[in-house]
Amino acid sequence: MSSTNRTVVVTGIGATTPLGGDSASTWEGLLAGRSGVKPLEGERFAELPVQIAATAAVDPGDVLPRPLARKLDRSAQFALIAAREAWADAGYTAPAGEDDKIVPERLGSVIASGIGGVTTLLDQYDVLKDKGVRRVSPHTVPMLMPNSPSANVGLEVNARAGVHTPVSACASGAEAIGYAVEMIRTGRADVVVAGGTEAAIHPLPIAAFANMMAMSKNNDEPTKASRPYDTGRDGFVLGEGAGVVILESEEHAKARGARVYCEVLGQGLSADSHHIAQPEPTGRGIAAAMQNLLDATDLKPSEVVHLNAHATSTPQGDVAEIKALRKVLGDDLDHVAISATKSMTGHLLGGAGGIETVATVLALHHRLAPPTINVDELDPDVDADIVRDEPRALPQGTIAAINNSFGFGGHNVVLAFRSV
Amino acid sequence: MAATQDQIVEGLAEIVNEIAGIPVEDVQLDKSFTDDLDVDSLSMVEVVVAAEERFDVKIPDEDVKNLKTVGDAADYILKNQDGGIKKV
Repeated sequence: MSSTNRTVVVTGIGATTPLGGDSASTWEGLLAGRSGVKPLEGERFAELPVQIAATAAVDPGDVLPRPLARKLDRSAQFALIAAREAWADAGYTAPAGEDDKIVPERLGSVIASGIGGVTTLLDQYDVLKDKGVRRVSPHTVPMLMPNSPSANVGLEVNARAGVHTPVSACASGAEAIGYAVEMIRTGRADVVVAGGTEAAIHPLPIAAFANMMAMSKNNDEPTKASRPYDTGRDGFVLGEGAGVVILESEEHAKARGARVYCEVLGQGLSADSHHIAQPEPTGRGIAAAMQNLLDATDLKPSEVVHLNAHATSTPQGDVAEIKALRKVLGDDLDHVAISATKSMTGHLLGGAGGIETVATVLALHHRLAPPTINVDELDPDVDADIVRDEPRALPQGTIAAINNSFGFGGHNVVLAFRSV
Repeated sequence: MAATQDQIVEGLAEIVNEIAGIPVEDVQLDKSFTDDLDVDSLSMVEVVVAAEERFDVKIPDEDVKNLKTVGDAADYILKNQDGGIKKV
């Protein structure tokens, strides 16, 4: 049963994002160049230097039954909604075992979050202070633990091969997908539900990120605030939601006649070892991750036509990434259509790798690169082909795409996909 | 003013409905919280805390394990409400 170097494919996708409550509406929003950033209403945000965020288009409380929702942190609610969509999209009709196309022992769940159940922790601390010990919810710990989304998705689909949660700040979602690919490749599982989720729109994380000078303070023009590669960019905009894919060994997908979106070639990983939060300005670590990807897979720079960049709209990070790409891909970067979808979704932290993988998979599937919005004046240091304002058609034939995610702590994760 | 058994069952039904989503009419004296009403051990703590507030009763942790059915809980509350002194 166990084998190595098996081909891994994507058979299902699901998302709930600032642009829509599912992957179809999210994709439609991306192609339309729609911003999901809105003003943050309410007294508790009034004193903050940042009063904008890309809140979820559909509140998870309107989707999940209340008895279930009240036992899940918002991050786990998003993950469950996206996972349910992806599971059904892959053609599974019931949890593993009940659906005889997959046995529980061959199914895994790897869903990551950068911060975990931070709103549960903070809300329950308020309960402790205001209402006393007895009123603190007995569900608090299972709700706030960072592995909660992965564990709850695992329970939903009956995953028994393993349930994991890699944590690497804003690279978490991508690292989860990379981990899931390895689970299949090394023979631990045939199918893995993988992705990222985040729900950290709360005054404390916003105050903290703002004090790091990492966030855009363009409160007057929310939809213009996230502007990767533009000369006027002044930081990221916090987003929330989840993106999940169903990864499957090619033989398992073929045996059950599943629709295949694309192949996952694998991942390249590295660490900057430079600073706990600052990007390494030359892009050394990012270039190493990219080179590791090329060394570990049969991906050829000549076949890469699209890249979903990490590009969070910070002055330093956006340029460092482009420098790294140029260093490794050389002239081959010239035929890569680069999309910074955070210009529309905001930055979902640990959820980013999830929804941007969904976007990358759909870009290959539909052969359309989504636009980057708000690039009014391209930074002259961005020496690359940025898809601006309108979607761009991608070539026919066999094509490949890359999805980049980097995180505080110096984590670099590069994922590669190829059309089928 | 002490609650009657009917009032207690009605109150428990509303609490169980809020926490577990079970229709109020299904919450009957003979129903088991865990087996019939989808109330696991963590949610049972929520039911107990809500019942304590509603009926002015203290239910120590060591007594919670004896409250298997809605009837058990209703009897316990009936005997111990209003600070645990049975008014004659």
